[in-house]
Amino acid sequence: MADLSVNFAGIRSPNPFWVASGPPSNTAYQAHRAFEAGWGGVVWKTIGDPIVNVASRYSALNVAGQRMIGFNNIELISDRSPETNFREIREVKDRWPGHAVIASLMVDTRERWHEFVKRAEDSGADGIELNFGCPHGMCERGMGSAVGQNPEVAEIIVGWVMEAARIPVIVKLTPNITNVVHAARAAKRAGADAISLINTINSITNVDLDTLTPEPHVGGYSSHGGYCGPAVKPIALNMVQSCAADPEVGLPICGIGGIGGWRDAAEFIALGSSCLQVCTAIMHRGFRIVEDMIDGLSDYLDSKGHAGIDGLCGASVARLSDWKYLDLHYKRVARIDHDTCIGCNLCYIACEDGAHQCIDLVDSAPYGLGPGRVPGKPVPKVREDDCVGCNLCSLVCPVDGCITMTPVDTGRPKMCWDDYQTRLAKGEIEPIPAHP
Amino acid sequence: MSVQPILDARTAEANMAEAKPCYTPQEALIEANRCLFCFDAPCIMACPTGIDVPSFIRKIAGGNPTGAARTILSANVLGGSCARVCPTEVLCEGACVVLDLEGDPVKIGRLQRYATDHVLERGIDVLAPRLPRNGRKVSVLGAGPAGLGCAAELAQLGYEVTVYERKPRGGGLNTYGIAYYKMRPEVSLGEVEMIERLGVTFRFGVEIGRDIDIAALARESDAVFLGLGLGGARRLGIPGEDLPEVVDALDFIEQIRTRPLHEVPVGRRVAVLGCGNTAIDAVTQALRLGAEKAVIVYRRGEEDMSAYGFEYELAKSDGAAFEFHTVPIEVIGEGGHVRALLLARTRMVDGRPGIIPGSERIEEFDLVLKAVGQETQSSLLESWFPGIALDDRGRVLHDPRTMRTSLPKVFVGGDCANGGREVVNAVADGKKAARGIHQWLADEAIEGPVQPSRLGCADGALGSGFDHPIRVPELLAAMNPS
Repeated sequence: MADLSVNFAGIRSPNPFWVASGPPSNTAYQAHRAFEAGWGGVVWKTIGDPIVNVASRYSALNVAGQRMIGFNNIELISDRSPETNFREIREVKDRWPGHAVIASLMVDTRERWHEFVKRAEDSGADGIELNFGCPHGMCERGMGSAVGQNPEVAEIIVGWVMEAARIPVIVKLTPNITNVVHAARAAKRAGADAISLINTINSITNVDLDTLTPEPHVGGYSSHGGYCGPAVKPIALNMVQSCAADPEVGLPICGIGGIGGWRDAAEFIALGSSCLQVCTAIMHRGFRIVEDMIDGLSDYLDSKGHAGIDGLCGASVARLSDWKYLDLHYKRVARIDHDTCIGCNLCYIACEDGAHQCIDLVDSAPYGLGPGRVPGKPVPKVREDDCVGCNLCSLVCPVDGCITMTPVDTGRPKMCWDDYQTRLAKGEIEPIPAHP
Repeated sequence: MSVQPILDARTAEANMAEAKPCYTPQEALIEANRCLFCFDAPCIMACPTGIDVPSFIRKIAGGNPTGAARTILSANVLGGSCARVCPTEVLCEGACVVLDLEGDPVKIGRLQRYATDHVLERGIDVLAPRLPRNGRKVSVLGAGPAGLGCAAELAQLGYEVTVYERKPRGGGLNTYGIAYYKMRPEVSLGEVEMIERLGVTFRFGVEIGRDIDIAALARESDAVFLGLGLGGARRLGIPGEDLPEVVDALDFIEQIRTRPLHEVPVGRRVAVLGCGNTAIDAVTQALRLGAEKAVIVYRRGEEDMSAYGFEYELAKSDGAAFEFHTVPIEVIGEGGHVRALLLARTRMVDGRPGIIPGSERIEEFDLVLKAVGQETQSSLLESWFPGIALDDRGRVLHDPRTMRTSLPKVFVGGDCANGGREVVNAVADGKKAARGIHQWLADEAIEGPVQPSRLGCADGALGSGFDHPIRVPELLAAMNPS
């Protein structure tokens, strides 16, 4: 069994799976439940000055009958008093000394930050997470994403925190920003110990077409919410990798955004996360999901010969580069296995209407009657000379393994855009002909 | 002793509950999302009316059941009843590629019912005349599926259509001859009302010859459509056949559909002669209405039966017994009522079942249902339309594309043209005939409409299954020549 324990910026936990700051981490009761289920850490729901919440608070994006593909909330930070929250953190730490409890904080002035950092440390928390990401409500009062969206302001506030902090400080970043790396660099400059990302994305999930009110509504009116859940994973992975690849950031990264299973977790780790946070998947199915996350990640690491997550951490970061470094001479084409093709023709219509018109419907006689084949009904066949290798047909094909993207040796050496431009300028090569 | 009803009303209703109730919106959404939205989908080819199945399912998935019903009913005006009575296993669902992918096809029939129920139950009319009224009159004989298919299409093409029907209500076998647990008569009657709202006139309870002079009717009509179906059950030609408890299986089913269930007389020991799909409907319903024993008696073997495999399985699970290679020789009566059947075993001689001498035995029954096929209407047809060409099996000869008969303005469709096929074939026949009539009278071919899911097909995006239907048994035979 791989050792899943982590030491994230000095915070130790038995595994990299932390409950993210949010509704599942609101009380000691929930923290106990989470640790009993196997979670390695809990980032407490953000503690700050008293707020009042509204009803309703959540809405969801359902796709093709699948619920909660995306999730949206307009709930604010903890509506419990700081006294209650810090007292309960103490209770939880007393009972779970080997697990990580992080106090998420959000206040405004330097004095208040100093005060809350001190109170968090006194409660026994293992670390502090600065909520610079909440995109609704709190940002209207100059906090949350209003801070995270302005690297200069964020740097100043992190600086205030670092003046007082003696335990590790994690800065939680908002994705509602043009380039998250600037915010990450600001955290680094101000001396933060780590970053976590992403917080939720500004969103409106849907409009009730009878009342014409967006959801979730409060007496007929809604507000811009924070979007999360499986649908945001690609955005989160992009931002995590961007921070991991930036030499100026150089901070441990706690990955957040759409993680619901061990595969998601492994992808976040491969792209540079050394710790993970989960919220929406817990809100959907409860704390019990962590059992499979631990089990699956551990088996995966074993199968790849890693003793722990360090071996995987960041392994895919360098596999991404700017587009200009990609090989213009690499070619691959789609091949359709007519023995498993069921004849839905989705590849054909996708290529014909949605891509590059490289699949023909041809006489089925040479292929025989495969599954789903109707006598006389044509079968799809790729014109490999014209196939641009875009993947679309293989993505829409409902049969696993039926369409394979097969590399074709062009006999030409690797040449990226920069090489191409250089060699063109030198007159060494002719321009690559434009696509007809 | 004559047969009596057996069960009380509640038990009978419970036993005859719908086998496949309507999907809830959530069930429909889940099932609709299983559809791949094939391009040039085999399910369309397998539908004799060429319903654009992927398009209507996509509309259900997108929360547009009214639009789904429009797609269905514009191709097949009896889409509601076909959703319930079609043997989808050998038609659309048998051709569904998800069957190849997952071993379980998209439940096209049940989704079709979901969409058509949505509009039929709410009285939403999704069909409307497509062409202005042209003043031409067409008389449709028979208000069964073929006649309704023809009348509805003609009304949409601007014709003045009158349907003449001997029975007191329309729908034909959909109203009178389908197993109760598959479809309630109200569904079929609702479809007739929908067609009435398209402007079709119905005259029920009229007998050609008695109430209507056929020659005058033909003279006054610009065209005549024959949708007469088939006649009564074939005679067995054995002693005792005329005893009162020897009943045409279709008459037994008609009683179930026209009387309260607890008033339908049922035998305690029922023999059903024949092993087609009507025999199955008879045997299952006899059991559900309280028969203690119900036996299918069939002179050939299990492999020869014309009932679909899934119908055979249903009958077995209902507790029906099967006596294969068995033939009735005599219906034995006592006091003017059926007491037993004299049965004998058969064996095949030169491809035909022959009685094995000495194998005779007596088995007690009090009701005998005949499901050995129906007579054709050939003598009736020949008396009404002297000179009309029939084939050697009594079917009206016709051009398969236009459904025109050998007589100038007489068109035909349904069982009297094809010898007895599915409801969906009859609707398709009727629709083809309507287009044939229009082509003949207006010299204008009607095609399409364009099927959205097939837009861009090399062979045109117009009704593939309507023009060139495939059937799954034929497909399977083509795929497994052995």
